[in-house]
Amino acid sequence: MRPRRGLAHTHVGSLHAPDAELALRNARDLYTRRQEGVSIWVVPAASIVASSPDEKDAFFDPAADKVYRHPTFYEVPEGAGHI
Amino acid sequence: MYGNDFAATGDAGVPASDVAATSAGRTLLEQVEDAERELRSASERSVVGDDRLQDYFDAVINADQKIEPRDWMPDPYRLGLIRQIAQHAHSEIIGMQPEGNWISRAPSLKRKAILLAKVQDEAGHGLYLYAAAETLGVSRSDLVDQLLTGRQKYSSIFNYPTLTWADVGTIGWLVDGAAIVNQVPLCRCSYGPYARAMIRICKEESFHQRQGFEILHTLAHGTPAQRAMAQDAVNRWWYPSLAMFGPPDTASTHSEQSMTWKIKRFSNDELRQRFVDMCVQQATVLGLSLPDPDLRWNAERDHYDFTQPDFHELMRVISGDGPCNRQRLEHRRRAHEEGAWVREAAAAYAAKRAAREPAGV
Repeated sequence: MRPRRGLAHTHVGSLHAPDAELALRNARDLYTRRQEGVSIWVVPAASIVASSPDEKDAFFDPAADKVYRHPTFYEVPEGAGHI
Repeated sequence: MYGNDFAATGDAGVPASDVAATSAGRTLLEQVEDAERELRSASERSVVGDDRLQDYFDAVINADQKIEPRDWMPDPYRLGLIRQIAQHAHSEIIGMQPEGNWISRAPSLKRKAILLAKVQDEAGHGLYLYAAAETLGVSRSDLVDQLLTGRQKYSSIFNYPTLTWADVGTIGWLVDGAAIVNQVPLCRCSYGPYARAMIRICKEESFHQRQGFEILHTLAHGTPAQRAMAQDAVNRWWYPSLAMFGPPDTASTHSEQSMTWKIKRFSNDELRQRFVDMCVQQATVLGLSLPDPDLRWNAERDHYDFTQPDFHELMRVISGDGPCNRQRLEHRRRAHEEGAWVREAAAAYAAKRAAREPAGV
């Protein structure tokens, strides 16, 4: 669901429907009764490919030792502006 | 709407006084917002846990983080949650009936439209909750089947009849009010999908409570006959509403585990007391009285003393012998059967279209 223009779609919930068209209508009825969104995407749950929680450490490990990817890693000398 | 009075549950236990202290003085909606904020900040904390499954699960719970669907969890945690969420979902669905009964007879177009919106919300709440239960590996059709065959329960409160229009107001004020007091702590439940569903539900539920209060306020300040009708409805719904919090703590057994796992945060008696303390003040605004001669402020306890509901009646109603049990289930079964052709037609249409356009939409 995209709550307003300018914001990204975020997951709001699940539902049942026989096809895509009814899934959109059901999503409208179930998740936008109070004008919560201006755009809805529906995706069959079976089409989602997810990373496994069991591999979370190994899978995301490569980023763990690269603190230099964050600007806070660097020491800015006193007096340097606009950096 | 919902009440946690199911026979098998027996939720109660040690008070979580730290939580009680921080939630004091906050309105219910503010507490929901607190829970939402906490959910976000909990997700930012990292969990230091062993890789062994049980240890990691315990570490997540201890860090007040959320368990998510694909995490390992102990079987009793999963099964207990399925039972609790399913019963909660069933209560929302059955709860549509006592009020739906009044949609066509509400006194004005405005009241009809509002009541219709409220009953639609109850359906929505049921569906959010079935979806949350499905993340634990059950199917919605199985759960619906268990409701229709009486193997899973729903809140006893919906087995009482709505005799007058004032009952609709009283349900909003007392029944939804009790439900909110029960549900707000569930926004902080350790199971992520349930906590998120509860946050959404509680935000919507507060409209329900206010619409009920407004109906009663209007009646209580109307003609003497309207006033009498309002008082009569409050008299009939007061004790069943108190019973929604379930059996007294002394009669509950299962709940300590539920507290340890942070599914439940307060005992039945604590929540019941909180509800009574809230209602006394609200009743004075309505100008209606609560039907309890022993209701009085206890300065020592800093709470109101009150008469407990009839727990034998509660057990009787839960076990199937309330005024409307059979009617509610029969109505639900009939609605399910009569809707079968719609589900079948939609499935047939989808299959036909899929056959014609194999590439999809």
